[in-house]
Amino acid sequence: MIARMLAGAGVMTALAATVAGANAQVSDDVIRIGVLNDRSGLYADLSGEGSVVAARMAAEEFGNEIDGKPIEIVAADHQNKPDIGSNIARQWYDAEAVDIIVDVPTSSVALAVQEIARERGRIFLDAGAGTTDLTGKACSPTGFHWAYDNHALAAGTGRAVFEEGGDSWFFITADYAFGHSLEQETIAVVEEMGGQVLGTVRHPLSTADFSSFLLQAQGSGAKVIGLANAGTDTTNAIKQAAEFGIVQGGQRLAGLLLFISDIHALGLETAQGLVLTTGFYWDMNDETREWSERFRERHGAMPTMVHAGVYSGVRHYLQAVRDAGTDEGTAVAGRMKETPVQDVFTANGRILPNGRMVHDMYLAQVKTPDESAGEWDYYRILRTIPGDQAYLSFEESGCAPER
Amino acid sequence: MTAHMPHAGRIGGRAGLSPLAWAVAAAALALAIAAPFLLYPVFLMKFLCFALFASAFNLLIGYAGLLSFGHAAFFGGAAYVTAHAVKVWGVTPEIGILLGTAAAGVLGLAIGFLAIRRHGIYFAMITLALSQMVYFVALQAPFTGGEDGIQAVPRGSLFGLIDLSRPLAMYFFVLAVTVGGFLLIRRIIHSPFGQVLKAIRENEPRAVSLGYRVERYKLAAFVMSAALSGLAGGTKALVFQLASLTDIQWQMSGEVVLMTLLGGMGTILGPAAGAFVVVSLQNFLAASAFPVTVLTGGIFILCVLLFRRGIVGEIAWRLGSRRARADARRTRMKR
Amino acid sequence: MTELLGIPPEVLFGQLLLGLINGAFYAMLSLGLAVIFGMLNVINFAHGAQYMLGAFVAWMLLQFAGIGYWWALILAPIAVGAFGIVIEKTMLSRLYRLDHLYGLLLTFGIALVIEGMFRHWYGVSGQPYATPALLTGGTNLGFMFLPTYRAWVVAVSLAVCLATWFAIERTRLGSYLRAATENPTLVQAFGINVPRMMTLTYGFGVGLAGLAGVLAAPIYQVNPLMGSHLIIVVFAVVVIGGMGSILGAVVTGFGLGVLEGFTKVFYPEASNIVIFVVMAIVLLLRPAGLFGRER
Repeated sequence: MIARMLAGAGVMTALAATVAGANAQVSDDVIRIGVLNDRSGLYADLSGEGSVVAARMAAEEFGNEIDGKPIEIVAADHQNKPDIGSNIARQWYDAEAVDIIVDVPTSSVALAVQEIARERGRIFLDAGAGTTDLTGKACSPTGFHWAYDNHALAAGTGRAVFEEGGDSWFFITADYAFGHSLEQETIAVVEEMGGQVLGTVRHPLSTADFSSFLLQAQGSGAKVIGLANAGTDTTNAIKQAAEFGIVQGGQRLAGLLLFISDIHALGLETAQGLVLTTGFYWDMNDETREWSERFRERHGAMPTMVHAGVYSGVRHYLQAVRDAGTDEGTAVAGRMKETPVQDVFTANGRILPNGRMVHDMYLAQVKTPDESAGEWDYYRILRTIPGDQAYLSFEESGCAPER
Repeated sequence: MTAHMPHAGRIGGRAGLSPLAWAVAAAALALAIAAPFLLYPVFLMKFLCFALFASAFNLLIGYAGLLSFGHAAFFGGAAYVTAHAVKVWGVTPEIGILLGTAAAGVLGLAIGFLAIRRHGIYFAMITLALSQMVYFVALQAPFTGGEDGIQAVPRGSLFGLIDLSRPLAMYFFVLAVTVGGFLLIRRIIHSPFGQVLKAIRENEPRAVSLGYRVERYKLAAFVMSAALSGLAGGTKALVFQLASLTDIQWQMSGEVVLMTLLGGMGTILGPAAGAFVVVSLQNFLAASAFPVTVLTGGIFILCVLLFRRGIVGEIAWRLGSRRARADARRTRMKR
Repeated sequence: MTELLGIPPEVLFGQLLLGLINGAFYAMLSLGLAVIFGMLNVINFAHGAQYMLGAFVAWMLLQFAGIGYWWALILAPIAVGAFGIVIEKTMLSRLYRLDHLYGLLLTFGIALVIEGMFRHWYGVSGQPYATPALLTGGTNLGFMFLPTYRAWVVAVSLAVCLATWFAIERTRLGSYLRAATENPTLVQAFGINVPRMMTLTYGFGVGLAGLAGVLAAPIYQVNPLMGSHLIIVVFAVVVIGGMGSILGAVVTGFGLGVLEGFTKVFYPEASNIVIFVVMAIVLLLRPAGLFGRER
């Protein structure tokens, strides 16, 4: 019986050895864009369906076709889980001829998808995740990182809060790639400027009850409680901080990653005075106002920097496809890196060899209810942070050139 | 020997098959070889891993009569060990899978030792709670990567010779592992050990009075089931090149119970049939917005209320030899 | 501010209070489970989903009918309990003559369906539910800050648990219940409608879960996954306390909640697993549970 089993296994293995077969690159006559993000969970408002709308707006600028090939947009929900995200990405690239995947706001999923794209030489344009590893040790020749990253947030918000007197910090961190990376970047800035880190606590992704973490933060006595998380994690923490008398007690909350959708959910009463770093704001100039109004008509809310980033990235990709005359991954990626980025998202964007799109960031503060003229009038721009200060250079990034 | 022991003529384990069964097996083999050219290989490999997982689970529920609600701990735990071994220690894939299997076996020994002390429902709840503990440990332990999981797991070269990053090569390797595991399970069932397990399922006090060390048999079955689940988990980690928390959550334990229940508990091929249905459903509905868990739950409810024999069980009942009907009547869980 | 064991008192007592609140939910839910198991011999896996339903009914009452918290405290448990009665009458009662594990599987399937549907309709990031105006704010007690609503939750759950215990152990209806648990045939022979009693017991247990959900809504956000996080811990609590015992469920629930809170102060990483570790120890030393008797 054992002998039979071994013989059977041996035959199978021999067959495996003799069978040839790499993956055939399926390239059909359609330019297919896959929008992969969180459509039902804590990041759904800052990405979700809005990113699909943004991608459509970009495609429409090319008349929904390039040189006769139609542009098609598909969407899926990765539910913030790396295994679901990577399965969808694999299926899209291998079996459904998707040429480019965009968005993916969750860093752990982004890393997994970038790896799958890298193995296949297909393009992955991440607009929403934070981890600097995407252009660092996990970099890929066909990977792009568009709207912001954790280094920019730390250089912006971290530095600004420190300069206002916040020299001792306690971190409440989302316990996964994004949170760890953001915490690390901000600690580096705080310590470089001479501040102290009094402690950190990690919470699971998508936590509803922050009371025990806030208590620990309160107990540490730190002047600043840094929230290294995003989406509803951040808004829940901010809302619950009031319950335990934290803000009355004199400690300050620093939301290291805040989107306009979060401010909208919190309301100006709760959110006023918060400092944040953003790559895009709808009310900067006539061009942004016009585009954002069009977006709002279709989606029902003003665009977050992720939505604007998806629009910008897809537009840049389509332009490169047209210029390069092909939809083959490496060729288009090369073309994208050669072309500067100039659109409603940024006037002076350029792409580094590791895929990092370097552009100006803005330090903003949330207005008080009196200062605000109406719905969505939430930010007062304090200053512009030039791209070179916000982002790491290619040499500093940690991306090994052979990748 | 009692007169109504159904396999009285087969004690000693000559698992002889009728000519019809051989023909069916040959046809199935041919289909298995041709399949990756017709269907998406990753989907097939997922089905094979889950078929093995469900068959391993069935060893415990269908033949020993013990409902464990915590098998995800073995499946996911082995996935992590294999992923870590292959990625960080750089071992070849077959060693990685063996390490994962061994780890699952050890974990099965620990959990089984505690759970066997109670019966029936308590046993199920204890396995559930202990596997949840394993989940939380996996969440915290640095090597598992928490929410990120262990990513970019290299598939490596089998025995150092065959490159498994080619999909067809990987498919045949997974097929070999699954069929091997399956044949092993079959061997366990049709052995004196398997007979004692069935006796314990039917009437435990009687088995005790006959002098069998019942606790030891149950624990041994538990460990075997855990190890084989680990085999499936380790293989899955290499197929998807990722080990994540999803594999070790209690919802995964529920999924394998569903596959076995749907396919037919206590039948050899039932779990594989159930796995095929569930994996296909998940694949089919993944792109659509339809909530898969609702469908899964609905199937669960229907099976428990109306369809307790499962797919293969129903078929066997209807094709009904007397022996099949007697077997099916015996396939109920331990009271 | 003096420190106890190196931890400032606000943190220590704050965490103990949070632990007590968690314990209140553990106690109410394991009470419901124990009552259902005692009478029907069924482990109600759907208990977590029914707890979530209670919170959602309260939210929907507010959102669509403008009915506030105080009415929801009464209406939601009734609604969820009624839903439980429907489940029992149509599905669960068919399984009583079979192996008890089928009941577990059926309620597991029901839990999947309920959670799947709400997840599909409402996503997983949760809906906010405001604390009722009367209970907002808190008092600064000096050694800690006590939010009023959380104190209310502890008070209500203690009251409910005591009332249930009293009803089962000290009233005539309770004595019928206990008798029917021990010997249903004989009790039926006395003319008491045992099937109806089983239906009502299930409804009551489920209603308790719904009540816990309403209480949880302002604290934990109304979220389709709120039950599945909780249910496994509650199972462990019930195993530790001993399944047949009402008192065991309540005492163990509160006690383990406080233990968890205590662990969060000194060794936060272990706080998730401390209850399971206790369960493992209890199983080794006293398999029937702390207050239970082997059935």
